[in-house]
Amino acid sequence: MTADRMDTDHIAADRTSHDWDAVVIGTGPAGMAAAAALAEGGARTLVVDEQPEIGGQIYRAIERNRNHSRLARILGADYLRGAPLAERLRASGAEISLGTLVWRIDEERGVWIRRHGAIERVSARAVVLATGAMERPVPTPGWTLPGVMGIGALQIALKSGGLVPAGRLVLAGSGPLFLLFARQCLAAGVRDMVLLDTSDSTHLLGGLPLLPRALTGEGWRYLLKGAGLLAALRRAGVPFYRGVRDIALEGERHVTAIRFVHRGGAARLACDTVGLHEGVIPQQQITRSLGCAHEFNPAQGSFRPVLGASGTTDLPGIHVAGDAGGIIGAQASAHDGNIAALAILRDIGRLAPEAAERRIAAETRARHAHLTVRPFLDRLYPPRAEILAPADDTVICRCENVTAGALREAVGRGVTGPNQAKAFLRCGMGPCQGRLCGPTATAIIAAATHRSPEETGYYRVRTPLKPVTVGELAGLADHGAPNAERNRERPS
Amino acid sequence: MFRRIEPAPAAGTLVFDGRSIAFQAGDSVATALIAAGVERFRDHPRDAAPRAPYCMMGVCFECLVEIDGRQNQQACLIPARDGMVVHVQTGARQIPERGHDR
Ligand code: FES
Repeated sequence: MTADRMDTDHIAADRTSHDWDAVVIGTGPAGMAAAAALAEGGARTLVVDEQPEIGGQIYRAIERNRNHSRLARILGADYLRGAPLAERLRASGAEISLGTLVWRIDEERGVWIRRHGAIERVSARAVVLATGAMERPVPTPGWTLPGVMGIGALQIALKSGGLVPAGRLVLAGSGPLFLLFARQCLAAGVRDMVLLDTSDSTHLLGGLPLLPRALTGEGWRYLLKGAGLLAALRRAGVPFYRGVRDIALEGERHVTAIRFVHRGGAARLACDTVGLHEGVIPQQQITRSLGCAHEFNPAQGSFRPVLGASGTTDLPGIHVAGDAGGIIGAQASAHDGNIAALAILRDIGRLAPEAAERRIAAETRARHAHLTVRPFLDRLYPPRAEILAPADDTVICRCENVTAGALREAVGRGVTGPNQAKAFLRCGMGPCQGRLCGPTATAIIAAATHRSPEETGYYRVRTPLKPVTVGELAGLADHGAPNAERNRERPS
Repeated sequence: MFRRIEPAPAAGTLVFDGRSIAFQAGDSVATALIAAGVERFRDHPRDAAPRAPYCMMGVCFECLVEIDGRQNQQACLIPARDGMVVHVQTGARQIPERGHDR
């Protein structure tokens, strides 16, 4: 009897704590801003992140590093912009749940999470997907060797562990992060570093018409920063090869050398660590799993969800903010988060429509000032051609070791889309669930069938978005929503 | 190989394949291991080739290790804890493809 009543009380308590006005997924700039603005506006807000710290990838470990004088200096002023955002989130009253995986979102805006090994379902009147970007997969011969990582991954090691590569580091790629990380390595005392710039100087010509607009708004700051990075690298005498093509990594158990073509000649460098980078793309797993419409953005060479004003998707109450909706950068993403939050506060009756419109207009202007430079950057740094059309023996699906050639052969035998390819070859069926081969599979099939990426489509993304064990699910079935109050982190 | 830009006091020790590895506050299992010079996190189930972290942000699943008896743990997402027992993940065992579908 007593036990029964206790159980009932427990379930009732669960229900209240599992109903939110808004659930925000991700604590990068868009997610921190959205969650803070929602909570400041009086919405009961839960914000979750898979990582144990807030900040997302761009502001990773910001709360630890802001007071670490050496790292803060190495990472620079733009990184430290995350500190006031983190403070704002902490002060906002939003409930922050870290180490929390979102593995499913259902049609009723139920967000299925796993934290501390337990499964729960939380529901919300509105959901903000602020899942950010990932590095574009760069299928390259030998890229599965230990010691070969994304440049973004190397930067995460620096931010989260104060780690820099020892021995010779080769960075091969292009774009803002390529230059920024090289500069940070320099500041961190990395002596033996070689840069292989894969961008093509002819793209500069194509970008020139976009330059005047890029100088407006905040755009000039980005260009000035880029020029400053280049100048610092040149002053330091960092070896810099331009227009590099045909990159391949060598090694048996670990990378030992990188081969490439420079000015028509073959070159080879011994090395200990290689960073590859060809820009970033939106993380699509959640919007795909929800069945949201997506479009291919040719300027950025990536799919993005089709969004309305204030980041609305074609599903009621589901919003996207920040890079997850198309690459816009950290500062524009924070404005994007504010915009989504203001629209939601209006929709749930916590903000008068006129006030909402006025504030959304101001945020939209501020956001726009950071976007003037994007078309120029997109034109200047398209991904190198080889990664969209890798040689036949290059592995494209790292989980199942499927090569570009195997995929082309399957297309020759009648495979017309990514999902058929999955069934034939198992590409996209491994643990990463297609995250690291999806863009390449679409590009290869599109080229082989003479169709656009949009016509070719993308993998259907199934739940669970990340593996959830049978035992964890059994816990859910037995107890409804277990561990509701335990383990919840309260904002300090 | 990696090095710390500034050594910090150890926050704890984990055991990786029998070897004690001290880690710093804020380390994930992956940062602790790469800082200690570990180059092989798992053997690929298809060809047994060594694999190691590629993305450091939870998307590539190359950092899968066995932690305290549980396989398929993403080392880059899991904070290092004192006394953790970590093993290279070998053999063909993979994450189940589907625990649940809608
Ligand atoms: S290194 Fe990519 S998932 Fe851990």
